[in-house]
Amino acid sequence: MIEMLQYDFMWRALIAALLVGLAAPAVGTFIVQRRLALLGDGIGHVALTGVALGFLTGTAPVLTAVGVAVLGAVAIELVRARGRTTGDVALALLFYGGIAGGVLLIGLAPGGSNSTLTSYLFGSISSVTSQDVWVIGVLAAFVLGVVAIFGRELFVLCQDEEVAKVNGLPVRFLSLLIAVTAALTVVIAMRVVGLLLVSALMVVPVATSQQVTRGFSTTMLLAMVLGVVSTVGGLTSAFYASVAPGAAIVLLALTGFVLALGVGRFVRRGRTHRAGP
Amino acid sequence: MTRSSQATGVAPRQSPGAAPVAFSMAAGHVSLDGRPVLRGIDLRITAGEVVAVLGANGSGKSTLIRALLGLTPLSAGSAELYGLPPARFRDWWRIGYVPQRLSVGGGVPATVREVVASGRIARQRRLRRTSTADRSAVARALDSVGLADRAGDPVGRLSGGQQQRVLIARALAGEPETFVMDEPTAGVDAESQRHLAGTLATLVEQGKTVLLVAHELGPMAPLITRSVVLRDGRIVHDGPIAHDPMPDDGPVVLDGAAAPGEACHPHPGHEQARPHAYDVSGGPMSSGAEQ
Repeated sequence: MIEMLQYDFMWRALIAALLVGLAAPAVGTFIVQRRLALLGDGIGHVALTGVALGFLTGTAPVLTAVGVAVLGAVAIELVRARGRTTGDVALALLFYGGIAGGVLLIGLAPGGSNSTLTSYLFGSISSVTSQDVWVIGVLAAFVLGVVAIFGRELFVLCQDEEVAKVNGLPVRFLSLLIAVTAALTVVIAMRVVGLLLVSALMVVPVATSQQVTRGFSTTMLLAMVLGVVSTVGGLTSAFYASVAPGAAIVLLALTGFVLALGVGRFVRRGRTHRAGP
Repeated sequence: MTRSSQATGVAPRQSPGAAPVAFSMAAGHVSLDGRPVLRGIDLRITAGEVVAVLGANGSGKSTLIRALLGLTPLSAGSAELYGLPPARFRDWWRIGYVPQRLSVGGGVPATVREVVASGRIARQRRLRRTSTADRSAVARALDSVGLADRAGDPVGRLSGGQQQRVLIARALAGEPETFVMDEPTAGVDAESQRHLAGTLATLVEQGKTVLLVAHELGPMAPLITRSVVLRDGRIVHDGPIAHDPMPDDGPVVLDGAAAPGEACHPHPGHEQARPHAYDVSGGPMSSGAEQ
């Protein structure tokens, strides 16, 4: 543990990993409850176009990715709110467009090629710059702030949109807020686990947590703990075992899920016994 | 159609004009997927009334209350909540809505207390912490539906009837003036039905306005001051339910427009005694799936 802290790049990576581990499952809890588990994947695909746009225009890819991901998330939300039957297909079209747009634009960028995109697709946490850390820090603060300030309203929205409406909540604003927050989370997590695995950090800790919890807030808190354990633990093991950090993080999270499945079954059985006559 | 003037005339507990109109609809039409569901509804419900919307499956009961709340848009006509169209209505704390069933969503668990506490949302300001008033309202709501001992349990593990009580407790927690309940008795066990009738009696005592959709009223029947019977998207009866002065005479009050088989079952016991009173859909009385 001491050895890896001697490197500056590892410090930056650890800070990024910690922030992502906290933010992604917090947003993820609402997204899973809203049956939008694949929203993160969709935004991730669209964000790739943003990354390529950054290379093409000479802007920081993280910033262009934020812009395009937010636009994509808003588009997805508008499609979702409109119709139900064609929503799936419309989302799929957006995903393909995102990937194709990214590949096309990166080819036009000077000196760019598909391999430039690889570090964004699969993450490259060890190349996180201090500018990246700042951007990630600001975005993570925003994401956690949204959860803290609007959490109560988002809970009602994600539980039942019509009940939210009859309670006078600004349903459209909150829906867009959650989509935009998810987009920002995707961009934060992009450098850590990569766009293709971003969604795992939003969904897997929540899926793990809900095996053993009974309430919404405990599910979210445990998911955040599991998220941090996965990102920091995965990064550490990747450092010592010389494997890809993004993959290590996701596989660690999935291992947790498999363990929780067993524990959850055990816990529930114990409860039924106690509740029984 | 002079339905609305007729409707004001039957408000029995308040002198007309004194109480504000909680819900109103004029010549309301609703089409869902091109199919007309409501065809020309005129309805006024004054504060303090206890109204049951009755009718067979597919008669438009749920659509009517959803349209009154602005959840389903009207294709023609107009609806108002306390004198304002739903889109401009702001005092949502006045209304407690009990949907047909608990939406489980993506499977993230929530405790009974969390769901009930979320009923306070219309009274809570952003960034304000949960107050003592919030907590005691939630505790009272849990008590009145008899679920205080289950407060820490995940709602997903309760029975259907208990989940229905959770939904009612959520509305109670907001301490609204008006309750709108979509089939609160559908698929509910006897114990929960009694709880529900008890809760409703308390609300009536407190002078709350209640608008509920039901397939059968069961133990709630004596509390209802007015029944609105729908058939094929039209109101075919609007007036008091006879509160069973002579049990064998039958409690069903229908005006001449209604066919003899039209549904209005304040007392489930009469179904066995009078088989011809079954609703025209022929389905089981308690299956409440109606969108």
